[in-house]
Amino acid sequence: MQSIWQSGVLDPQGPIGAAERLILINATVIMLAVIVPVIVLTLGFAWWFRAGNTKARYLPDWEYSGPIELVVWSIPALVVMFLAGIAWIATHDLDPPKPLASPVRPLEIQVVSLDWKWLFIYPEQGIASVNRLPVPTGTPLHFSITSASVMNSFFVPQLGSQIYAMGGMTTRLVLQADNSGTFVGRSVQFSGAGFSDMRFDVVALPPAAFEDWVRQTRSAGGTLDAATYAGLVKPSIAVPPATFGAVMPKLFEAAIHHTVR
Amino acid sequence: MSLAENVRAPGNEGEVPFSQRGPAPIETVASFGFWLFLLSDVVMFSGLFAAYSVLADRTAGGPDGLRLFDRSYVLLETACLLFSSFTCGLCTLAIERRSVAATYFWALITFILGAAFLGLELSEFLRMIGEGASPTRSAFLSAFFTLVGTHGLHVTLGLVWLMAMMAQVATLGFLPIVVRRLFCFTLFWHALDIVWIGVFTIVYLGARW
Amino acid sequence: MLGKLNWDAIPFDQPIPFAASLVVLVVLGAVAAFTFWKGWWPYLWREWVTSVDHKRLGVMYALLALVMLVRGFIDALMMRSQQALAAGGAQGYLPPEHYDQIFSAHGTIMIFFVGMPFVIGLMNFVVPLQLGVRDVAFPVLNSVSFWLTASGALLVNVSLFVGEFAHTGWLVYPPLSEIAYSPGVGVDYYLWALQISGAGSLMTGINFTTTILKLRAPGMGYSRMPIFCWTALSSNLLIVAAFPILTATFAMLLLDRYLGFHFFTNDGGGNPMMYVNLIWAWGHPEVYILVLPAFGVFSEVIATFSSKPLFGYRSMAAATLGICMLSFMVWLHHFFTMGAGADVNAFFGVMTMIIAVPTGVKVFNWLFTLYGGRVRFAPPLLWTLGFMCTFVIGGMTGVLLAIPPADFVLHNSLFLVAHFHNVIIGGVLFGAFAGYMYWFPKAFGFTLHEGLGKATFWCWLVGFYLAFMPLYALGLMGATRRMQHYAETEWRPMMLVAMAGALVILAGIALLVLQLFVSIRDRAKRRDTTGDPWNGRTLEWSIPSPPPPWNFSVLPQVQGVDAYWNMKQAGQLAARQAPYETIHVPRNSAVGVALAFFTSIGGFALVWHIWWLAIVCFVGLLVAALSHGWIIDREMAISPEQLAALDRERST
Repeated sequence: MQSIWQSGVLDPQGPIGAAERLILINATVIMLAVIVPVIVLTLGFAWWFRAGNTKARYLPDWEYSGPIELVVWSIPALVVMFLAGIAWIATHDLDPPKPLASPVRPLEIQVVSLDWKWLFIYPEQGIASVNRLPVPTGTPLHFSITSASVMNSFFVPQLGSQIYAMGGMTTRLVLQADNSGTFVGRSVQFSGAGFSDMRFDVVALPPAAFEDWVRQTRSAGGTLDAATYAGLVKPSIAVPPATFGAVMPKLFEAAIHHTVR
Repeated sequence: MSLAENVRAPGNEGEVPFSQRGPAPIETVASFGFWLFLLSDVVMFSGLFAAYSVLADRTAGGPDGLRLFDRSYVLLETACLLFSSFTCGLCTLAIERRSVAATYFWALITFILGAAFLGLELSEFLRMIGEGASPTRSAFLSAFFTLVGTHGLHVTLGLVWLMAMMAQVATLGFLPIVVRRLFCFTLFWHALDIVWIGVFTIVYLGARW
Repeated sequence: MLGKLNWDAIPFDQPIPFAASLVVLVVLGAVAAFTFWKGWWPYLWREWVTSVDHKRLGVMYALLALVMLVRGFIDALMMRSQQALAAGGAQGYLPPEHYDQIFSAHGTIMIFFVGMPFVIGLMNFVVPLQLGVRDVAFPVLNSVSFWLTASGALLVNVSLFVGEFAHTGWLVYPPLSEIAYSPGVGVDYYLWALQISGAGSLMTGINFTTTILKLRAPGMGYSRMPIFCWTALSSNLLIVAAFPILTATFAMLLLDRYLGFHFFTNDGGGNPMMYVNLIWAWGHPEVYILVLPAFGVFSEVIATFSSKPLFGYRSMAAATLGICMLSFMVWLHHFFTMGAGADVNAFFGVMTMIIAVPTGVKVFNWLFTLYGGRVRFAPPLLWTLGFMCTFVIGGMTGVLLAIPPADFVLHNSLFLVAHFHNVIIGGVLFGAFAGYMYWFPKAFGFTLHEGLGKATFWCWLVGFYLAFMPLYALGLMGATRRMQHYAETEWRPMMLVAMAGALVILAGIALLVLQLFVSIRDRAKRRDTTGDPWNGRTLEWSIPSPPPPWNFSVLPQVQGVDAYWNMKQAGQLAARQAPYETIHVPRNSAVGVALAFFTSIGGFALVWHIWWLAIVCFVGLLVAALSHGWIIDREMAISPEQLAALDRERST
């Protein structure tokens, strides 16, 4: 049986995911330190003060204590202040569009969610891919994301944050894969009948291998022009991965506003 | 009335805090409940105002408020509605005096002014639609027609209510329950005025003439 | 003539909904025929359908909730079994067209037609009794509220056999719910059903806020009100403030769908993000509307079954009001991943955590109520202990999700699903069951079978953990919600454990029903003549079980919190028989069921675009409302002699 520590949020393959896993674990441990005693005390008090236990004191009028009130308000307040501080800082550090501090030149990738597949356009390389996302390792990936139809959410659990894909606008996300491998990606905002099949593979390759793939894709041919795009926009489910060696200029900009012609 | 028995606590009545005096009288209960309803209606309008504010510039290449709104028309509408609130107040005084004739008279004037408001608004809507500025043209227009139209619907329902209340006065006279309902009606009518001031400010003046 | 309606609407070719519809129709028909043959219809009409008595309405709300719990749970069983089967390349037995409707219906029914009616039902029954008064502020309006809720429930269930339900999830986000992507009638059923029941809920909010603030027994100032009434007040304030947003938002979506408006469409300048904001501005307060009364139940139960006053009463009341206000300032945490930016996300994350403070205070106060008590493990207390252990876990995962970067990897995963079921089942449902078992003897005059009560509790507790702990793990493994099938076969073992948990819960539901049957069968033996089977502390236990229609023949004089406990300590029970005065009780009214009749048919007509029928029903609504306006003989007098005689009869 697969453990929760392999393949998923707790098995990050990049810096964003790693930072997020750390937050998850730290916050959980801090809160367990509060709730485990609470659970133990609940069961303990209920058992010790059971009606049949003559050894326990009965305090029929004890309903208020200033010191206890102080403690009772302070513990949650302090824990929350601490976690709030973590949350404030981490939210700013891990804001999805925030660029990574890296000497490596980022790779721009444009993402369009369609019914029910994903289109990935590499504007600087002039190629595109459907339902498969090869990327170079150790390189910041700058995603610009939109939707050709309804709301979706672009998510690669092992790389980190997700962000919604919405028509008429662009959302931006920065991720990075540090290790080679194939990582599952999917849509996590329900979008209709083919939603369960909106699965794609992120293939993290060493930079040289990624460049090879780009060259191969260019020479393999296929043009993503307005007509081909119109075919992609039509609803289809469980679409096998495909690539395009050439992409019409400004396709993504038109796709945002559903005006690809 | 069972629910409104105002049982005083024993001892010095003057020193009993208000919250401990037992169930409030029916007049208090009814008007408090109606105020809550009005507040909930204001919340609903807030949702529509919020939508309007967000969508005010989403004209999809179509006409905007600056081009569409007719200042003098809106002024006339506003005058009708505000004046109808005034005559509604006079009607309230007539009810307090239990003067049937004066009640009918001022209710009729209020009705006419309210109907005039509606008539003006309807013709404004029809003019805009005739110019191609229909609610289906853009998000801005959808929000405009819905916000202003919902207010207009409330005015319409108010007029129906007013007619029903006059029928009640005619058939039942100034029974306590009828007087309570009349009071609630006037609260409603004045509240619609207040909402209109919001509409007037945010929609029409907000279009920045 | 019949709009879009034709024979294609009936699912002849879909065995599951078709069979389900047949079963429902047969059962309903059998119940109708049986009750008619027994001659119960006049009794049912007089004593229940047209009743405006808050106690009767409370029972009907609870009954509606329990029936819909079964319906919603069947949806859950189907979802669990589908997900247990559809691993790897397997497709399970529910194609997406069905599965998508099932999870949408599951959520809609559980929130709107189980959670709300259960909680509102408890408040209906208990609040006037605890306040020491005879009924709520507006009894006829109360009846209208119930019947509109029932009308909404009816419409949602009709969608099972005529047409379809929404395929969009329980909050019908656009653009998916717009006519372009959901051209069928499913979203329309949803919208009309919830507009109708939403109106009923709003009326409840107005009714109970007025009741709690303006109608209390003499001497009962705010600081002497039972804590359940404080939580009921907060919940109803939230209803008044939040439900109008739902009404406005659904109205906008209806305008988009019916008249081609552009509020939330992809084209014409529409803004789907605005829908998300508006719907959650309602949605977050909604969950507090549900959970605050549950907290109130736990407070009452823990004090009663510890034979101690609630610890820190004022702090509890303050914490409740704090939660009430804060619940309006956190809505964005439902969509951190929509890209609002770090400042906005961080603000709402911090605000969400702040709500954990008053909630934590409540948990500690409950803990210290147990301390120094004489704790009796009756079923209501077991539910409370189960809640205290379970809810804090759900709260923890909630605070976790409130950290935006954590949410970025867990949003819309099964971890999220586990979290909200954790708090809703552990909080709201356990509270509803605790309240049901606690106040049942008061409502019916006999006790529920205790052994079966404990058995159902344990099944629910164990079943809950089995069903939802795997979902936390699956979420961490990257599993998303609402998946009809999945490729990762390594998820399947967890899905099977979750399915087993669902079956244990099924046993729990069966035991709940069995408990009811057995108790009714043995009611003569189980009769409680004291009116106070638990040695209670609040005023509802000071009157007979079941209470007379007017609750209190003489309104009690209240001198402190835990008014009945004080009366018992001071030996003041005999003093209840103060001089009798004539009282008035509200007469029955058929306006509630009449309005619901027209909203049900009218809603159906609007769904299917049968415009003439919709207009007829609208006119019917007006006529019904206006006719009610001319009924001025609304009350019946009960003389002092009658009161004295009935009191004597009941105390023997």
